[in-house]
Amino acid sequence: MTGVWVYSEREELALELLGKASELAGKLGVEVAAVALGSGVEAVAQGLSKAADRVYVVDAPQLGWFEAGVYAHVLSQLARRYEPDIILIGSTKRGKEVAARLATRLRVGCIPDCLRVDVDGEGRLVADRLVYGGRAVSTQVCRSKPAVATIPPRTFERAEETRAGEIVKVDVEVGEPAVSLVETRMKEAPEVNIEEADVVVCGGRGIEKKEDLRMLEELAEALGGVVGVTRPLAEDRGWFTEWVGLSGRKVKPTLYIGVGVSGAIQHVAGIRDSKVIVAVNKDPEAPIFQVADYIVVGDLYEIIPALIEAVKKGGG
Amino acid sequence: MMVCVKYAINVDELKVDRESGRVITTGASRKTSDFDRNAVEEAVKLKEQGWEAVAVTVGDEQSKMALREALAMGVDSAYLLTDERFKELDTLGTSYLLAKAAEKLKPDLILCGEASIDSFSGQVGPRLAEWLGIPHIAYARSLRVDGDSVVVERGLEDRVEVVRARMPVLVSVTREINQPRTPSLMAIMKASRKEIAVWGVEELGVEVGELERLRGVEVVGVQAPRVERKAITIEGETAREIAEQLVKALLKEGVLG
Repeated sequence: MTGVWVYSEREELALELLGKASELAGKLGVEVAAVALGSGVEAVAQGLSKAADRVYVVDAPQLGWFEAGVYAHVLSQLARRYEPDIILIGSTKRGKEVAARLATRLRVGCIPDCLRVDVDGEGRLVADRLVYGGRAVSTQVCRSKPAVATIPPRTFERAEETRAGEIVKVDVEVGEPAVSLVETRMKEAPEVNIEEADVVVCGGRGIEKKEDLRMLEELAEALGGVVGVTRPLAEDRGWFTEWVGLSGRKVKPTLYIGVGVSGAIQHVAGIRDSKVIVAVNKDPEAPIFQVADYIVVGDLYEIIPALIEAVKKGGG
Repeated sequence: MMVCVKYAINVDELKVDRESGRVITTGASRKTSDFDRNAVEEAVKLKEQGWEAVAVTVGDEQSKMALREALAMGVDSAYLLTDERFKELDTLGTSYLLAKAAEKLKPDLILCGEASIDSFSGQVGPRLAEWLGIPHIAYARSLRVDGDSVVVERGLEDRVEVVRARMPVLVSVTREINQPRTPSLMAIMKASRKEIAVWGVEELGVEVGELERLRGVEVVGVQAPRVERKAITIEGETAREIAEQLVKALLKEGVLG
């Protein structure tokens, strides 16, 4: 049997991939399927079945904690058994790791972090991804089958739930993880949501003191959004544990406001899919202005308080 | 201990031909990929506990520069995997060659950078582990050797996990794990005189037909991304005026509230 498959440990992302997968499956004239892995994933499988022709389920206690080696082992057995044409995997940190291991087990190519995927006249997977720190888009073709690709959150529209797919419980060898979990610490809540946020207010090197981030928080709050920072603020100054950018979090809000952000190429690559980009910087030559929809040249310490007030009064 | 490095394209100095939108990679300046320097640093730190460190790269003659830097930072020896037939490999082929080298060098611990600065796929580490059938721990921000195991703290999107695995193991490191040292002039001089071993198809025992089958992905084009932004400058006499203009524009865009 052939098909276009989707796997992500995040149900929401799997549904986004299913939207694209069903389009590709239509072109290839094959079915669209999702894979649900874990311990107690019945509800997830049910959810996915509304947007897939088939949901393959492996439910085992050893899959309760995500260990990429075990997950790849399970996925590779499913792929060998059912021979999909294409496997789309959600490009989370775990997803990328599992995709690389799966593709190696199957001795096939993998295109990570695709911004666009399609099939060509020969039914091969064609994809665009950013390379060179976001300075270029590379178009790549998967020559091997199955084609494996990973896709970041919020790249595609969530699938319409118009199907009633069959749920297929599959018996495979799960194995024991070679890595064991000693301890888990959850990160603070605000940073969790930045990839999903509708509004991102991002602070850059123009922010002088850590306390000044409060001003950005106030703006974000008024706009119903979250605060992020650039790499220097996270890495060099240690104010945050994560940053916005190609090597950190890629964001796709409807509104991005860069405050004192210069626009390093790595950062710009991480925000380029935002719907509207606003940049506030006192340097009229700041590179971020080249990718901005709305440019404000001025002192952020004057502009932001005024903006908070204007938003509270007029918008938001 | 084996540490993998890449002599990558220095993306900060990459030029784009404005007319054609083509990215000029021929003759572009190169440097050791940032994350790989963290991997080398971690390897050199472990040397103080009695380990021996070997640096390996897949690349061309120029890639020796990355190995020289690793030697200057303190690794003991270096291997360049190079051959006409190794050109234009994707991560599947590259990781296969590194696996071939690892089979010969038999490391207990392999260190890689999280991803390379130029292609940023993050695939070689996990793929290499898979070829060797060993555990892989990605996104490491601290690493400790404990007897026959490693204990690693790794950063995921929503959590930090502390995990343990028995060696042999592969660990991919992030930039947070350490601050790579800058080698002294003396160390650089000494490194420049060190022998770099060169391994090709024969030395690695690579079957050429197999390698050709491992070309899984073909790059068909590289173009500068098109930027289609409005680039409207918001002007005003006072901060307040600017703020009000901006809010008005954003309301029109339908991105507020």
